[in-house]
Amino acid sequence: MLAYANPRRFLRLARALTPWFLGAGVALTVVGLFLALFVAPPDYQQGDAARIMYVHVPAAWMALFVYACMAISSAVAFIWKHPLADIAAKASAPIGCVFTALALITGMLWGQPMWGAWWVWDARLTSVLILFFLYLGYIVLWGAIEEPTRAARAARILALVGAINIPIIHFSVEWWNTLHQGATVFRTDGPAISASMLAPLLVMAVAYNVLYVALLLIRMRMEVSQRRLRTIRLGLETAPA
Amino acid sequence: MSDWQTFFAMGGYAAYVWPAYAISVFALLALGLASWRQMKRSERLARMSETPDRQS
Repeated sequence: MLAYANPRRFLRLARALTPWFLGAGVALTVVGLFLALFVAPPDYQQGDAARIMYVHVPAAWMALFVYACMAISSAVAFIWKHPLADIAAKASAPIGCVFTALALITGMLWGQPMWGAWWVWDARLTSVLILFFLYLGYIVLWGAIEEPTRAARAARILALVGAINIPIIHFSVEWWNTLHQGATVFRTDGPAISASMLAPLLVMAVAYNVLYVALLLIRMRMEVSQRRLRTIRLGLETAPA
Repeated sequence: MSDWQTFFAMGGYAAYVWPAYAISVFALLALGLASWRQMKRSERLARMSETPDRQS
């Protein structure tokens, strides 16, 4: 693991892996969308509106998962000073932010026909909206502090403090009365969903996870190059004329 | 109604299902393209400033 702390070795590995993850992610998404739109049956209560689930639920899972990865990377950066840990956390933020926005928007498009409202201020929706603002705040924080080591320290603290929101989101449907339905897949008594709907959902979930890795590799390569560029420029500026 | 018309009608929920799928594909595509371009640009800049002839 520590061998890849060396940015050059990381770059070599990342360059080799990017096309594979990108290709697999796109292929899995195409298969998942096909299964979701053509193969999965309409829901007996919600009809074809239930097909929104296949883009809503995986996006919501990713919103939580990417934040968890960001928080773990930030903790690793704090404890072991791993040079790539801050970069991984920073590179994850825009990806998690997009997944959270997608979960919110597709949720609104599902809420309107089913609940009769685009938005309700209940525990689940509000806590996910807070997650969205945590991502935005994290991105803004990196941009606001110019010196990278100070920016990294502030960003780590925000990511770790914000992590308290992750279990709150997960359990919000149990702790508070909410319009949002409870967990159907991650339950202690097993998934409460028919196999014909679970399969497309899982393919979409795997697709989104693979896409996350591909996007993460691309954005980490970007961050490593930008840091190298900064170091070179600083070196040139301070070099004796 | 033909099979395709039935499909696009989404049981009357077309106005909700199709925007949900469209925004998902569009947002991920946009993020992927933007990230790729930025990555290529900063890799090129880093490589350019590393070549020794630039400093002479």
